[in-house]
Amino acid sequence: MVSIDVQGASVDFPIFDAKNRSLKKSVLGRAGGRITDAKVPVVEALRDIDLSLRSGDRVGLVGHNGAGKSTLLRLLAGIYEPTRGRARIRGRVAPVFDLAVGMDPEISGLENILIRGLFLGMTRKEMERRVDEIAEFTELGDYLSMPLRTYSTGMRVRLALGVVTSIDPEILILDEGIGAVDAAFLEKARDRLRDLVSRSGMLVFASHSDEFLVELCDTAIWMDTGEIKEQGSLREVVSHYKGRDLFETLSPETLKRIGADAPSEARP
Amino acid sequence: MAVPALARPGADDPSDDSGDDAAGPDLHGASPRSWKRAFGDIRQAIAQRELWGHLGWQDIKQRYRRSTIGPLWITISMAVTAAAMGGLYSQLFGQPIGTFMPYVTVGFMIWYFISACVLEGTETFIANEGLIRFLPAPLMIYVFRTVWRQVLFFAHNVVVYVIVLVIFFGQLDQPYRMVAKVPGTLDTPGILHPGLSWWALLAVPAFVLIVANGLWVTLLFGIIATRFRDIPPVINSFIQLFFTMTPIIWTPDLLRGGEPGSTRAIVEQLAKLNPFYHFIEIFRAPLVGQEQSWTHWAVVGVITVVGWALALIALRNYRSRVAYWV
Ligand SMILES: Nc1ncnc2c1ncn2[C@@H]1O[C@H](COP(=O)(O)OP(=O)(O)OP(=O)(O)O)[C@@H](O)[C@H]1O
Ligand SMILES: [Mg+2]
Repeated sequence: MVSIDVQGASVDFPIFDAKNRSLKKSVLGRAGGRITDAKVPVVEALRDIDLSLRSGDRVGLVGHNGAGKSTLLRLLAGIYEPTRGRARIRGRVAPVFDLAVGMDPEISGLENILIRGLFLGMTRKEMERRVDEIAEFTELGDYLSMPLRTYSTGMRVRLALGVVTSIDPEILILDEGIGAVDAAFLEKARDRLRDLVSRSGMLVFASHSDEFLVELCDTAIWMDTGEIKEQGSLREVVSHYKGRDLFETLSPETLKRIGADAPSEARP
Repeated sequence: MAVPALARPGADDPSDDSGDDAAGPDLHGASPRSWKRAFGDIRQAIAQRELWGHLGWQDIKQRYRRSTIGPLWITISMAVTAAAMGGLYSQLFGQPIGTFMPYVTVGFMIWYFISACVLEGTETFIANEGLIRFLPAPLMIYVFRTVWRQVLFFAHNVVVYVIVLVIFFGQLDQPYRMVAKVPGTLDTPGILHPGLSWWALLAVPAFVLIVANGLWVTLLFGIIATRFRDIPPVINSFIQLFFTMTPIIWTPDLLRGGEPGSTRAIVEQLAKLNPFYHFIEIFRAPLVGQEQSWTHWAVVGVITVVGWALALIALRNYRSRVAYWV
């Protein structure tokens, strides 16, 4: 059973090298988590998060910069264990964070695929079997044997998505960034992601883009200064967050696609 | 949907978390600081040996990426060091080159390994910051990666030992003294070493022990240095100091035979306080056919046990904090 249960979880970052904070305190804006006053200042990136997700959930995370979206995703991925409270994650997690990180620019795309796969718990043999499929999906062709530094941003995104979607993850965690791919590939990726979620998994996706949220998610969580402000259907939450109707600004094609998709969740 | 909860047909109420089934393999309510999780980390990292095995190789290939002979440079640079140091110091200290050269070669080989474990071990989590913050994986992966890389470096250097052994085998396979006889006197400084024999195989368990120590050093120092960033430069300067204090390019034979209470005897005793001395000795003595002392093994054994105990405690208590500190 794939599930995520988070109870009263907080994530505090101790900042050991903060200097002269008092000078800048007065100009602190509304971006970012709360910073406590102590000898070692602490950034409260997440506070008292209660959350529980089950398979089939496709959740979008919205919130202003520094609201804690990426941190929550890392908590769900098991990278951060909560400072207080607890988080229980069951299922094979595949996260895609900042797409440049975790990939070695000096080695080839193929090797990066292998290393990513090994990190996500695959064996070398299993990855070798998947390479053709990934190559086909990413359409990178000969570039796969070139060093990663020769790739464009979009090509890296393709590679990262190719790997995580090929290994049948149960919990897929995406953090922005995928906006770099072109429309045609996005469509392909969307189908694949949806297919994946409907088969076994769960998707949690942080984005500032309405289009992507609508394409990939059906529910949403609004994060604000490290807390869950609202959780519910995508349209409702994003509309509250943005202060206007979510569907207002979407292109007619997108709306049409959603309209066709939304009622019948699990397409064959 | 009026209720701010996720639509989930067939699933239980999300707000009701307390009545959770505890059927999962993982740790219902277990605190992040538990032995179970610490050992789970180690176990999972061992299961993912393909990963760190590959990463370790990658590190080596990376370093010599665009060079034509690649990792062969490791072997060559070791050979040059051994030849230069062996040649120079054998003359400075008046030691027969046939026995001194293998001595220096093996000393450097294992010193490189040990010092790299300490230096790079200290930086292990800092250097892998990008991976730690972006991919969920057991911490021990990075420990194994770092030490495995050193083992691979070491393997390249073994070639030099084999070459030196072939050249100087004639002088090593019979009893010998490290220090040449003082001409015209009956003075025979230094002790008589038995020469190479099957005891050389003791180098294998010795190396295993040294690797085991490399692991705890990397784990413990790695965690401490991630939290206290002043540690790496401190370690760096200490390693320099220890290099000169450890018999690598000089032999303890030179210190022997001092009158009790003389400066020489005191220095000889002080040299034994240096832990590196014992590690070097358990590995080098068998390989160059020197007299072996079980005290070295005993000291290394104690350090291994105590070191691992400390490292495991650090793993248990701070495993989940490393991601916050990097
Ligand atoms: N490693 C870290 N060390 C210290 N503070 C951190 C760290 N990571 C995140 N934070 C803090 O936690 C808060 C939440 O950051 P997070 O990256 O989760 O925001 P976000 O919602 O993803 O923002 P964005 O929309 O800009 O991506 C911020 O105040 C940030 O400064
Ligand atoms: Mg973010």
